[in-house]
Amino acid sequence: MTTTLLRIATAGSVDDGKSTLVGRLLHDAKAILADSLDDIARTSAERGFGGADGTLDLALVTDGLRAEREQGITIDVAYRYFSTDKRSFILADCPGHVQYTRNTVTGASTADAAIVLVDARNGVLEQTRRHLGVLALLRVPRLVVAVNKMDLIGWDEQDFNTIESEVLSLANELGIQSTTVIPVSALQGDNVVEPSQSATWYAGPTLLGLLEDLEPKLGGGTARLDVQYVIRPQGALAPGLDPDAYRDYRGYAGTLVDGILNVGDTVQVLSNGHPAGSRIKAISTPAGPAQSAQAGDAIVVELETDLDIARGDTIVAGELPVAQREFQADICVLDPVKLTNGQRLLIKHGTKVSAAKLSSIDYVINVADYAQQPADALELNDLGRITLRSQAALAIEQYATSRTGGSFLLIDPTTGRTLAAGIIEEKHEAA
Amino acid sequence: MTITANAPTGTQRSVLDALEAESIHIIREVLAEFEKPGLLFSGGKDSVVVLHLLAKAVAPLRVPIPVVHIDTGHNFAEVLNFRDSVVEKYGLNLVVGSVQEYIDRGELTELPDGTRNRLQTRVLLDTIENNGFDVVFGGARRDEDKARAKERILSLRDEFGVWDPRNQRPEIWSLYNGRHEPDWHVRAFPISNWTERDIWAYIQRENIELPSIYFAHCRQVFERDGMWRALTPVSQPNEDEPVIIKQVRYRTVGDASCTGAVLSEADTVEKVLDELAIATVTERGATRADDRISAAGMEDRKTEGYF
Repeated sequence: MTTTLLRIATAGSVDDGKSTLVGRLLHDAKAILADSLDDIARTSAERGFGGADGTLDLALVTDGLRAEREQGITIDVAYRYFSTDKRSFILADCPGHVQYTRNTVTGASTADAAIVLVDARNGVLEQTRRHLGVLALLRVPRLVVAVNKMDLIGWDEQDFNTIESEVLSLANELGIQSTTVIPVSALQGDNVVEPSQSATWYAGPTLLGLLEDLEPKLGGGTARLDVQYVIRPQGALAPGLDPDAYRDYRGYAGTLVDGILNVGDTVQVLSNGHPAGSRIKAISTPAGPAQSAQAGDAIVVELETDLDIARGDTIVAGELPVAQREFQADICVLDPVKLTNGQRLLIKHGTKVSAAKLSSIDYVINVADYAQQPADALELNDLGRITLRSQAALAIEQYATSRTGGSFLLIDPTTGRTLAAGIIEEKHEAA
Repeated sequence: MTITANAPTGTQRSVLDALEAESIHIIREVLAEFEKPGLLFSGGKDSVVVLHLLAKAVAPLRVPIPVVHIDTGHNFAEVLNFRDSVVEKYGLNLVVGSVQEYIDRGELTELPDGTRNRLQTRVLLDTIENNGFDVVFGGARRDEDKARAKERILSLRDEFGVWDPRNQRPEIWSLYNGRHEPDWHVRAFPISNWTERDIWAYIQRENIELPSIYFAHCRQVFERDGMWRALTPVSQPNEDEPVIIKQVRYRTVGDASCTGAVLSEADTVEKVLDELAIATVTERGATRADDRISAAGMEDRKTEGYF
């Protein structure tokens, strides 16, 4: 049987019990082996857990760094792997501490689904609004809200319903399409992997059950391949290859990020912003030659005509993205830095890196109430709208249509540090 | 490389297909953006898989970068032979950094317990610097260790080769940024998201050759700290540790002086996969003495510049 891969990210405030929830999920899904469990039991006992009933401090499952174990906090995103009979999971466990926005962006950027924790005693907080705001901006396809610590409010159905309707109306306001709210107790294991015996009124799925059944969203839309690497078999790099057979071989290697591509398809190549037409002559996948490829495949294509194509160019079948030199975008600042008007940067979009200039900061978003406020600078964890001018024309798309065509990094040209993650939200007309 | 017809069904991709595609994407980004890449190659299953993926990423070209072996001098003979046969098969350049030469020159001192894992770090960093590598691929996986779970796919190392877990560069979407300051370098881990079982399933699917010590064989061993150690010139029993013959295999390939074997009857890839399906101990927990020193053993070594 073929199992599918689901990428999930967690988000939650400090003390919502996120580490415990992740620990419970991994523990009850039997993803922690005996030696790791021994290690957790030993440390739990040292910390006063593990009395006669052998209770484990499940938060220890995820806190891997020395400082994290010493201070009982989570410093950075950690990746965990587990699988059930139905599918495999990659879980980006994002800390809720201090730098929440940056961490949530990091973990959620590749997620098929996000789990947000709410403490049942506190309900929807400013932090919850913050997390939902960022997840909405990143358009994470599926949202699961786990209302945790239900045991501490006596599994009160009325209280849960109040939180649920508040969460759903917030998600609705933010345009998040698919939201499920589940009452859980991470500490006691209710509705995480095993159904709760206490919440007799709850008929929905457990957290794991839901994650097992979610359909991962495949990239639809225009087939788009950002050329990573041009393969020309010549000289020492092509020993044993027949020179005559490969004299005219030009393979364009890249990942098909959206859509489906077939041999014979008419394509447009965006090179330096200028489109040129051709047709797909051949496709190679890691398994060998193929008639077609789908979103996510790392492929090599050959074209019927000889074109000047280099790394950074884009091959598309279908509606053409508009090549832009100036555009607006939302960014999240990821580095302790001040971004100001006129700043010189590098932009990495797809496989293209170009010099860029921050033309203007249009506003900063208050993530607590999503209000747009004027600003002179954007700093670490800020979300804001900017206008960028790029030296090279970029084949940008809306993030809503293409995660790859609509996203970019801003890089410090001197130090190489990644300063910000950017998302193209609005349709732009050709400049 | 086996060539088979590949007809995507349009809806479902297997886990291995998804992992393979992600790894090839990372490899191509690194090859395209860096000046001088190398591949850390121990002859172990993970680096063998990375090499296989590298070959696929550039096919029909040959692998365009050298392989780097940090030779502790405590290798299993089977693994060294395997390394040399792989180098020949792929037509690779092999760069060797020798811990023994450093000891012979008096630049490194043998540790009291005779293990050399920790001594590798200095040789690794010198080899990277002396050869001008601005990036080296490695076969480390996040499921191996708690500290590894935190590391980025492109992991920056400063002028001392140090990994700073509290100050990592965010890694978002599949936009990998490897830019760095002139005397820094990058460790690139294209199989970060693979688990031990994924690796074995892929080895099975792709029919990848491995050193023989990964499969059950009879061997002279002695028991120490609950692990079976091979009898070799560099791993000798104490008086109270009788040498017996057992059927064993290795889950990781490391130094003979600190890597343990597990009792096993799995002499084929299929049987190894069956065995892993019911394993109750992690790969490193079962076989690596150096990871048992403390809960942060791997983290401490990595912050010193270790692989």
